[in-house]
Amino acid sequence: MELSIAIFIGILYACGVFLLLRRSIVKVILGVFVLSNATNLIIFLAGGVERGGIGFVNENGEPAAAMSDPLPQALVLTAIVIGLGIAAYILVLKYQYFKVTGTHDLDQLKNTEQK
Amino acid sequence: MIRTLVYLLPALALLGMLAPPMTRRLGHIYGVILSAIPLLMMVLFLSFNTTLGDTQSVVYATPWQLVPGAPLSFRIDGLSLIFGVMVSGIGFLVLNYAAGYMKGHAHIGRFLMLMTLFMVSMLGLVLSENLITLFFFWELTSVISFLLIGFDNHLEKARKAALQALLITAAGGLSLLFAFLLMGNIAGTYTISELLDKGPLITHHHHYPLIFILLAIAVFTKSAQFPFHFWLPGAMNAPTPVSAYLHSATMVNAGVFLMLRVMPFAGDTMLWKTVFPIVGSVTMFVGAFLSFGERDLKRILAFTTISALGTMVLMAGLGTNAATKATLVFFVVHGLYKGALFMITGIIDKSTGTRDLMQLRQLWKPLRSVSGATFITLFSMAGLPPMLGFIGKELIYGAKLQSGFFPEVMLMLGIGTNALMVAISILIAYRLFWSRKAEVAPPPFKDKYPRLMLLWMGPVVLSAVSLLLGLTPNRIARYLNNAIYHIRAIEYDAHLTLWHGFNAELLLSIATVTLGVVIFIYRETVTRFITRINGVINRYYLPDLFDKLIKGYVKVAARQTNRIQHGYHRYYLMTFFLIATGAMAVVLFPFEFETWMTSASPVKTHIVILLAVMSLGMIYAMVSPSRLSAILALGIVGYGIGLLYLFFGAVDLAITQFLVETLIMVLFILVIDYLPAFASLSVRRSRRRDAIIATVVGVFVTIVVLEARFVNVVPPISQFFIDHSLLKAFGHNIVNVILVDFRAMDTLGEITVLALAASGVVALVNVGQKCQSGQSPMRIPPADTQSLRTLIIAGVVTWIRRVLIVVAVWLLLRGHNAPGGGFIGGIIAASGYVFYAIIFGSEPTRKKLRIPPFIIIGIGLGLSMLAGVLPMFMGEAMLTAQWLHLTLPMAGELHLGTPLLFDTGVMLVVFGMINAIVLTIMNVLKWN
Repeated sequence: MELSIAIFIGILYACGVFLLLRRSIVKVILGVFVLSNATNLIIFLAGGVERGGIGFVNENGEPAAAMSDPLPQALVLTAIVIGLGIAAYILVLKYQYFKVTGTHDLDQLKNTEQK
Repeated sequence: MIRTLVYLLPALALLGMLAPPMTRRLGHIYGVILSAIPLLMMVLFLSFNTTLGDTQSVVYATPWQLVPGAPLSFRIDGLSLIFGVMVSGIGFLVLNYAAGYMKGHAHIGRFLMLMTLFMVSMLGLVLSENLITLFFFWELTSVISFLLIGFDNHLEKARKAALQALLITAAGGLSLLFAFLLMGNIAGTYTISELLDKGPLITHHHHYPLIFILLAIAVFTKSAQFPFHFWLPGAMNAPTPVSAYLHSATMVNAGVFLMLRVMPFAGDTMLWKTVFPIVGSVTMFVGAFLSFGERDLKRILAFTTISALGTMVLMAGLGTNAATKATLVFFVVHGLYKGALFMITGIIDKSTGTRDLMQLRQLWKPLRSVSGATFITLFSMAGLPPMLGFIGKELIYGAKLQSGFFPEVMLMLGIGTNALMVAISILIAYRLFWSRKAEVAPPPFKDKYPRLMLLWMGPVVLSAVSLLLGLTPNRIARYLNNAIYHIRAIEYDAHLTLWHGFNAELLLSIATVTLGVVIFIYRETVTRFITRINGVINRYYLPDLFDKLIKGYVKVAARQTNRIQHGYHRYYLMTFFLIATGAMAVVLFPFEFETWMTSASPVKTHIVILLAVMSLGMIYAMVSPSRLSAILALGIVGYGIGLLYLFFGAVDLAITQFLVETLIMVLFILVIDYLPAFASLSVRRSRRRDAIIATVVGVFVTIVVLEARFVNVVPPISQFFIDHSLLKAFGHNIVNVILVDFRAMDTLGEITVLALAASGVVALVNVGQKCQSGQSPMRIPPADTQSLRTLIIAGVVTWIRRVLIVVAVWLLLRGHNAPGGGFIGGIIAASGYVFYAIIFGSEPTRKKLRIPPFIIIGIGLGLSMLAGVLPMFMGEAMLTAQWLHLTLPMAGELHLGTPLLFDTGVMLVVFGMINAIVLTIMNVLKWN
């Protein structure tokens, strides 16, 4: 199981990196989304995939038999919401860049002059 | 009493810093008032002479520490007394002189402030009891001298000279710091009293050569030794009071002071006794030699200072008892005459408008008040009886005769130097007072300056002291005894007399004076010779060389920066990815494919199918020519990941992922119409290159994920959370308990990040709007929404919004025990408003919200902080959960606690953030 998930993460990373290396801003934004998802997945899987039990304890305070590690889940949960904030920020940043400079070519970022 | 002295330092600094406003009221008189403190300090210093006796020292440590283990502490012994008296005494005179000299200057306040601070830092330096304190004040003198030399900051020359002085002395300071750190490390202490008997430990350590080199660099740069001497003549760009003080008692003498201070525990070695004498004697001769070729009075004096400093370094380098005594006496001698001569130069400069020796003549009467002082001072410089200068010179000859270090060479250079000094003194006196012819007549003499008491007081007092000490030299014997006791660790009787009888020293003196007179008589030949040599030297003019060095350095740095900071976004990223993967490859080598390929857990078919679908979605998103289909395909990946979370038992995660993915897609689709279409900007070759890089990164990430399974650095702490979740935090939902209780501090940081992201978005938009002139007309929302509004949906949406709020609150309340919590609740509540905003536009939504989103974020952060702070009032650590246990008749046991308050805060922050972002973006798009 680990192998197939690892390969999937690898594919996400490869695609994300390729998108990030583009000159067109829209593709770069997509790249950021993809990488943030892929990274969350890595952290989550660091807890192991053998067990798949839900992270709850019963009335006696005992965990379910095959509970997956709750700590990475807590980390990832906040990471997802922060990812939303970052995504929005990047989106607006690139939108403003486009509006101010009038180009969607990131190579033009060299020039600090406004339109 | 030492406490009074120590606390006078900050008092003086404070009064000095008040100078700019005070001089605006009181004018230059404030300088006179200010000078009362150094006068008081000098009296205090002098009173120590009797209490200290021949062997005592006093130490006072303030409660403040500069660095752990090194308090700001001070000591007084003979050495610090001699320097202290000179620094405060000449400081008193110089402040008065400066008040007169700068009278009416626009920046007299700044000048007096800097002079005072300079004095404070030099006093702190000579009083330091530990090396770190010493270093601190050492650097302070460098920095303030930079400001003083560059005081006329509208002149490029002054700025350049100041920068040069700073670069050179600061380099020395850096090397001093390293030397001190090494010494402190070896000896285990920075305190000078404790270091005194740790000498062998340091001098026999195998790092001693390094320590010595670092110390020597510090001394050479500060005390302007050859070949670092060139910053000192440049420093004469400062106003004359600065030169008078910098040359006589402060700054350049700090290097000599350092030598004497560290000699007990870092001196008396072969290196010490070889390097310092050689460099010192070279500097001594070169300084005197070059001064003879100059015409500017200030430059002449600057070069004689270099020569005098060379003498002191040479003497302190020889390091015998006699040589140490000679160093100290010569420091006093030099301070007295050099201070006076610079002040006189200042008066001449002010009165005649020139400092060119060849233009000056017949000044005996015009100079009036200071003519006598000039004469006496020049006597002292020439080393003639009955001045203290004579005694100093005799002592130096004596020390050279006794030393085993090439006495012949030393004496030859010494005689040459002193003869040149005699010749220069005669030349100056001749030019100023007797010479009848001048190359060019100076401008008319301004009579008022020599009459100004503030100006003539300094030279008169200094020359009087010089004469007095020459006649009764034994007054300073006890200072010397005490200083030599602490430097050389032996009781010493430094008996000083003017007349020693006929001995070798006297013969040498007579020879020197004779030679000096001969040089004076043949001065034109000598000057021509020196000028010719100067012509050769100037081809390698050190200040210019130094300038070139610095410029070249800056140029290389600029080129380097241009290469690294090229401005291409994607190449930055590429560099990062390549280096990161390279580092990973190094760490993972040799590759263990066998282990990575083994799967620990059984393959589940449904998950594999899901992964395949997501991969296809990802690849479709890459190749799709349309933005909309690309973002939808990415949605498949996002929701698929949510499903993965669900399969592996992370319910809360799955819910969050679904919600966030939806919101991101909504955001993207909102903006997409306003973003440019996909375009292939890169050429095929760079696309192929990027594909290769991306593939490599992907492969390595895969490997890292596989490898990560085998890395178990520490046993996971998760078990603790699992065990204590219900017992201590009264929650069944471990993930939520971790978020709001066990690791609430992290969560607090994360919601702060969310608040920042929201304000970042709003700030960015506002920046953009400033670029447009005025408010552009409101755009009508897309036609579809118009029709949407008219439908029943409008009513439904309002209801959905209300229902979602209720659901959100319910999720928040049950979050501790079941899937839910603040994050999820916040997103759900916000999505109701986002839905509403899409239908009705941003303005009506703002109205429905009533409270601006940023206020909501603020309230949320405030609630979470409150949950953190409340426990502190109960004497517990921040964020420790506090509980209230109730037993209700219907619902059974109920646990109410601060985590719920905390989670409510989280929910409000998330709710506010999403609203802020979405409404701002809609505003920008004129979706009102």
